[in-house]
Amino acid sequence: MHPAPSVIVFTTLSGAGFGLLFWLGLGLPAVSGWVAFAFFAIAFALAAGGLMASTFHLGHPERAWKAFSQWRSSWLSREGVCAVAALLSMGAYGAGLVFFDTRLAPLGWLGAVLCLGTVFTTSMIYAQLRTVPRWQSPLTPALFITIALGGGALLAGQVTAAMALLALAGLVQLLWWWRGDRALAESGTDIASATGLGGIGAVRSFAPPHTGTNYLLRELVHEVGRKHAARLRVIALVLGFVLPVGLLALPFGHGIAALAVLSHLAGIAASRWLFFAEAEHVVGFYYGKR
Amino acid sequence: MTTLPGTTTRKLGLVIDLDTCVGCHACVIACKGWNTENYGAPLSDQDPYGAAPSGTFLNRVHSYEVQPAQGAAQLVHFPKSCLHCEDAPCVTVCPTGASYKRIEDGIVLVNESDCIGCGLCAWACPYGAREMDQAEGVMKKCTLCVDRIYNENLPEVDRVPACVRTCPAGARHFGDLGDPESEVSRLVAERGGMDLMPEQGTRPVNKYLPPRPRDRLDEVDVLAPLLAPVAEDAKGFLGWLDRALERL
Repeated sequence: MHPAPSVIVFTTLSGAGFGLLFWLGLGLPAVSGWVAFAFFAIAFALAAGGLMASTFHLGHPERAWKAFSQWRSSWLSREGVCAVAALLSMGAYGAGLVFFDTRLAPLGWLGAVLCLGTVFTTSMIYAQLRTVPRWQSPLTPALFITIALGGGALLAGQVTAAMALLALAGLVQLLWWWRGDRALAESGTDIASATGLGGIGAVRSFAPPHTGTNYLLRELVHEVGRKHAARLRVIALVLGFVLPVGLLALPFGHGIAALAVLSHLAGIAASRWLFFAEAEHVVGFYYGKR
Repeated sequence: MTTLPGTTTRKLGLVIDLDTCVGCHACVIACKGWNTENYGAPLSDQDPYGAAPSGTFLNRVHSYEVQPAQGAAQLVHFPKSCLHCEDAPCVTVCPTGASYKRIEDGIVLVNESDCIGCGLCAWACPYGAREMDQAEGVMKKCTLCVDRIYNENLPEVDRVPACVRTCPAGARHFGDLGDPESEVSRLVAERGGMDLMPEQGTRPVNKYLPPRPRDRLDEVDVLAPLLAPVAEDAKGFLGWLDRALERL
């Protein structure tokens, strides 16, 4: 799959932003006034900024509002509805903390659930696709949610929770890669089932339908980004999970925390690059590619 | 709603004969022509006369080499367009309701004025049947020439999809696959029509007729051993040449 920068930025930043909002909704840390303003400003910049970035890859961003209508059938529509509901409820909850020094706890809990729901619906957009066996697994929502919770805890300064959740997220990431590397072969789809000609003999793509490239090859059969996959996996694992946990084990300081956050976000961005670049769409079989 | 209809009154679709297709790509051109000039946004090309041409097509013809365990390899030309699946994953993922499957005939269509160009339906389709038009920013797909098949301004013979009308080999057939007595349904039953990627669970309406078994190169005429050789020894000039060369 094509690793579109807008989607990598969106899932990385908004995952962290909604993760931070989740912890703020639970009252962790219990902040008010200007401190609360700073926390909510960072969370909204990440969450809403990520959402804005995701509209950059649309062919018609001006019609994006129509995407709220099909929540009964479409995970993408559910994501939009969930994100707006989460931002609205957390906005009201945050306004209470910042301007009135009042914590509307039930509203915060509702917002926290909606924030997790947003991350879950985002992950289900990918996990629902039978056409991309690497993504079609309950491990995909598990990966997105543990990363959002761990990254959110890191941003919220919840040191113990962040260390535990980031370590867990790292394990889920390893498990996700391990399963993903087998997924295409185990899906049962290959060039024989794609063409229906496997009963006659070994099938090989003899000539593609077009000499140049096309939308399908650019979008779904993106093989270039896999070149440094093994190295990027190590970078993602070290920057995203190992280094932040190690830094949090040191005596707490704002400089160290900031470094841990930057390292985590860079690692998650690398992980998301691989999430797309390594994903094989079954349409590649028609072109004799993966 | 982008939920799928439980059943459709008819199941209009194509039956493509892989035995007959000669790989001429006429259907590709007929499709591009009709669908650029008629319903919906035109099928644009980018850099068509330059170094890196690329464009939107709703129908493309692949070619595959099939090598049996024994005998000669076989070349199969393989036209591919939207299969108008009964369980179309492209429809249910659409966030705006732009993609839908018609109850009256089962055709899967895109309402282009609702399409936001997110591309998720192209991700959900295992067959690569949907292509985003780079000029219009909306998703394009085979309409089964919905603006031809019901068009009373056209002579009756032309009220079939452009690809079917143009095919010089008669490799493409159009009809109601929901009616077991229709010509296309009988063709599927007789020739063992098959689904592409059945494990994807899409239940395609379009069917493909597999290539018939070919003559085998190692088969020799059964009467051959009974035929006496015509000439035991060469005579005349060739005979002299043969003997002369033997002596060298």
